[in-house]
Amino acid sequence: MDLKRNPLFWGIAALVIVALAAAWFLIPGLGGSRNKEDVKVADQFPNDQFPSTYKPLPSPPTLIRGATVLTGTDKEIPNADVLMRNGKIIAVGQNLKAPDGATVVDGKGKFVTPGIIDIHSHLGVYPSPSNEATQDGNEMVKPTTPEVRAENSVWPQDPGFTRALAGGVTTLEILPGSGNLIGGRSVVLKNVPSRTTQGMKFPGAPYDLKMACGENPKRVYAEKGGPMTLMGDVAGYRAAFQKAVTYRDKWRKYWNAKAEGKDADEPERDIGMETLALVLDGTIRVQMHCYRGDQMATMIDVSKEFGFHIAAFHHATEAYKVADILRENDVCAVMWADWWGFKMEGYDAVPEGIAMVDHAGACAMIHSDDPFGVQRLNQEVAKAMAAGRRMGYRISRAHAITWMTRNPAKALGILDKTGTLEAGKMADVVVWDRDPLSVYAHAEKVFIDGALLYDRDNPDLSPRSDFELGQENNGHTGGAGQ
Amino acid sequence: MRTTLFLASLCAMALSAPASAQSPAIPQPVSTAPLPSVNPPVFIRHGHIYTVGPAGTLADGDVLIQDGMIAAVGPDIAAPAGAKIIDAKGKPVTPGLMASWTQLGIMEIQLSASETNDSAPNQTLDSAAFDVADALNPSSTLIPVARIAGVTRSLTAPIDCGNVFCGTAAVIHLGDGPDLIVKRRAGVLVSLEPTGGKSQLYTRPDIWAKFRETLDDAREYWAQRAGYHRPGGARDQRSIRIDLDALGPVIRGEEPLLVHAERASTIRQVVEYAQATKLKLVILGGGEAWMVAKELVAAHVPVVIDNNINLPGSFSDLGATLKGAARLDAAGVTVVFQPQNDDPAQYARTVGQIAGNAVANGMPWSHALAAITKNPAEVWGIADHYGTLESGKDADVVIWDGDPLEVTSAPTAVFIKGAQIPLVSRQTMLRDRYKHLDKKGLPFAYR
Repeated sequence: MDLKRNPLFWGIAALVIVALAAAWFLIPGLGGSRNKEDVKVADQFPNDQFPSTYKPLPSPPTLIRGATVLTGTDKEIPNADVLMRNGKIIAVGQNLKAPDGATVVDGKGKFVTPGIIDIHSHLGVYPSPSNEATQDGNEMVKPTTPEVRAENSVWPQDPGFTRALAGGVTTLEILPGSGNLIGGRSVVLKNVPSRTTQGMKFPGAPYDLKMACGENPKRVYAEKGGPMTLMGDVAGYRAAFQKAVTYRDKWRKYWNAKAEGKDADEPERDIGMETLALVLDGTIRVQMHCYRGDQMATMIDVSKEFGFHIAAFHHATEAYKVADILRENDVCAVMWADWWGFKMEGYDAVPEGIAMVDHAGACAMIHSDDPFGVQRLNQEVAKAMAAGRRMGYRISRAHAITWMTRNPAKALGILDKTGTLEAGKMADVVVWDRDPLSVYAHAEKVFIDGALLYDRDNPDLSPRSDFELGQENNGHTGGAGQ
Repeated sequence: MRTTLFLASLCAMALSAPASAQSPAIPQPVSTAPLPSVNPPVFIRHGHIYTVGPAGTLADGDVLIQDGMIAAVGPDIAAPAGAKIIDAKGKPVTPGLMASWTQLGIMEIQLSASETNDSAPNQTLDSAAFDVADALNPSSTLIPVARIAGVTRSLTAPIDCGNVFCGTAAVIHLGDGPDLIVKRRAGVLVSLEPTGGKSQLYTRPDIWAKFRETLDDAREYWAQRAGYHRPGGARDQRSIRIDLDALGPVIRGEEPLLVHAERASTIRQVVEYAQATKLKLVILGGGEAWMVAKELVAAHVPVVIDNNINLPGSFSDLGATLKGAARLDAAGVTVVFQPQNDDPAQYARTVGQIAGNAVANGMPWSHALAAITKNPAEVWGIADHYGTLESGKDADVVIWDGDPLEVTSAPTAVFIKGAQIPLVSRQTMLRDRYKHLDKKGLPFAYR
């Protein structure tokens, strides 16, 4: 007799399923996230010891009228309006009404995009001027330093921030350098002038951990106790994460004991291990410097071994060789348009890289890693788009601009807040004097959370860092736009 | 984050090489022989031709290329029988671009591949004898990368080595080898900027003293060169013979002194010195050069600049601005563009973008195009055969798919000394190899 045809069998089976489902939720220890073993580290340890004090600057309602709007969602809307109020985007579309008291910006002949996001910057940690006193980006005393945070090195007076603002950059991720295997936490900033780094900190943005593949760590440590090889690099990541697993489990045991009312000795806190435990948690994301495709594949395996996820490979000059692997593992690739060859691991970069990764269905984007490049990410995207078109891909400009807006927002985990022109998001908006994908384009007006913070036509809205004050040499036009 | 500080430390290891007794024969500075050409004439018609020369711009013109040279440029030329005809369909046609102060041909990879990097001296004391012509590699993979982007010439020079005298530059073409040299001894590079950082060797007064002493030595040496090595001859100069030899054309004002200087006061100082001592001077870098524009014009000193360097990278270039090139140009200074200042060998192809950015910041478009064609031709002394589209000049000609200064544009055809080069580089080959990741069959290495 076929058991599966017996109604009684199905009745009992249904009861068992219901009972198991109930037990899953009701019996501690069985259910996934309810398992005490899996208690989230983030729920136990405070994660943000340097909380954001950023508040959007006050702004009147603003209507940009009659511009070509590239929304960051692959759409281009001709003759369209963008309405901002209370720091948010209220609406994008044609024939919007200006509310009472609104500032109206004539968008005729202009283009509007979301604010540019540079996902890889060292502004503030390697500021201008560059000298012995300002090399704050690489804690190269040992290869693994998860305990350090870029936000504790950022100099908010770096004139580079003002130049980036004039280039339409509204959000930046500031990372530690790549001298270490694990370089420390990076920080996401709104590109607003501020006395303090906390005053720039992007509210609610997740932290990231900076890691680095390849040549840099072994060049730095070859004669300082290692790693001196690529295999030494990988052993270093694995050792660090194995230590983090042990650390997390020790604390979980302690938290579980406390929850059951038992006596337990509190383990010693380790600030660096705490960061790695938060990576294992999924609370802190991983941004990894990695040029070569084969090394990306190796790092994906390391991430699977320890159960964390790599958000993006940066400087991913060979991502085009492994774009399918990146797509399948949901890892983004952060690239330059045409940087290459300054070291061996960057020798195989191609100008079509971004377009090829994008075409393969993986998540592709631009980055600067450079205080000059950050000012012209629109031009870099234009080059990448043109290279892709020349190899036969159909790439609209509306799509190309997602490489500097939506995609970096996604890789940073802030796409729900910024990165596109959609109602409800932060009003981070740039008005360009023409198609931004041109060498001749200028960001004319840059809004951050609805507040006009740079206006090319108004010297009073051109921020100038403390450092540049009184340096008569460039006292003509203000910092931004200089 | 990239750093070039280690290069400064390489320079810090400079050693004095023993002087040999004989002076070397000094090679002819200009090689004028055209590349052998077996190609039929090429007739480019219906181009929007920017001659950058006296003929100006032709809205619908033709260019005839024959025997490696431009045979004719004009609105209505007849195509000779047997010519290969290319219809430019109204697209821009320009002279091949020139990238100045690059390391094209002497550097393959900057970091951690030292055997490929001949961009800075670490041998001779004052290093004027360090000559890029002795290291040129016509097989460099950087050359096709640059030329398929329309760059056909380079002023290849050492990097700023942090040791005052950094070596001798050459003009090269980016066509096929083996001989890339267009002009030897195109200038001797001197850095008057302190390197900064822990490895800094010299302060400004140190640099200035060393600079003057070396040039004084060279003058003294050349005044009695014949007797220099005889007993009782010239005193023992600190500088070594081969360096003093290399400085001969410089102190005679025949070969330019290429001075890397950023700070206005330093530029002013060296302009005054060059005038007093009748040196031919070119300023490289020039972050604050616009502040000294009047003096530069009066002394006829050109400036080689990456106009996009607009941050106070050090206290030496607090005045650097995106408007620098436009201000220099407006004042009457001859402007020449360097490609992206960080690794200009790899980024020679960005020289048009640098020019475009200068336009975006106030420089007239035609002046910006001249700053990557005609101006470098004049400054580097090759204007008799390169820099404009004029009959009798080498046929370095580029047909573009759009505005040559626009970042979305690219060449559709590139001629160097009359030879059409294939639009292929190691990068296009890598692109094609990995274009179809899902294609089944043998591994990528077989594609």
